[in-house]
Amino acid sequence: MRIFGAIIVFLGLWLLLSGIYKPLTVGLGVVSTLAVVFILTRMNSIDEDRVEIEIKPVGFLLYQGWLLVEIAKANWVVTKIILAPSMPIKQHLFSIPYTQKSDLGQVIFANSITLTPGTVSVETEPGQFLIHAVAYSNDDKAALADMDRRVTACEKADIS
Amino acid sequence: MSLDTLVDVISWALMLSGSFFVIIGAIGTLRFPDFWSRLHAVSITDSAGVILLFAGMCMQAGFTLITVKLIIIGVFLFVTGPTATHAIANAALVSGLRPKEAKGFTGVEPEPLTKPTADPAVSE
Repeated sequence: MRIFGAIIVFLGLWLLLSGIYKPLTVGLGVVSTLAVVFILTRMNSIDEDRVEIEIKPVGFLLYQGWLLVEIAKANWVVTKIILAPSMPIKQHLFSIPYTQKSDLGQVIFANSITLTPGTVSVETEPGQFLIHAVAYSNDDKAALADMDRRVTACEKADIS
Repeated sequence: MSLDTLVDVISWALMLSGSFFVIIGAIGTLRFPDFWSRLHAVSITDSAGVILLFAGMCMQAGFTLITVKLIIIGVFLFVTGPTATHAIANAALVSGLRPKEAKGFTGVEPEPLTKPTADPAVSE
């Protein structure tokens, strides 16, 4: 079943990206899809390793919507700092604990921090991220803890 | 006003505001004093500029394959952009560059990546 799913995904990606539906291009797409699937099945016999996506799809999409609003707000804050004549920057390096269990959840949290202007995730340590803020305010830690809680809520419950 | 004009107006507004944020990012890169703060100025270009420009371009393209490709590129940039920023920031931290802390703040000292005894050539 997984093989048929892979064929459909690869072929769909080829058709979407090429946009030319002549027999030659579609034929080349079929050939390369089959070649990739052949290599995948051969590789699979080595370790049977699967990528598990431990994220709820709907929850993740809702989180993306919330993140876009946060990005817009943070952009406006940093834009005001750049354009202000006095340029009130207040740099601070601090650490924020994370509660995600899966690697993917941690990556999403760290990337969300970097995506919102004004904060950059600098270093990962066991149990916490090192964050650099350009205009640190005392609410920053609470806001990031809120983001951490939202990312953790996107994770599936039954992961070890 | 016909629908085409409306779509044109909205997409131009999106693209112009996206360009505005790209310019803001450039101004910030020039005005900010050091490496760490400039990193944040660039991230404005990275997020608001890219999102608004792509939204405008998608509206110009309409329901075509070009829009699909733009969305695929946008998703890739959404994942790779912050990862690249993190890689640059991390490289700066590991090589010993520390941000200048604001008045009254002390920064967190990260745990050393290499133990002092592990490789004397690195610690020197």
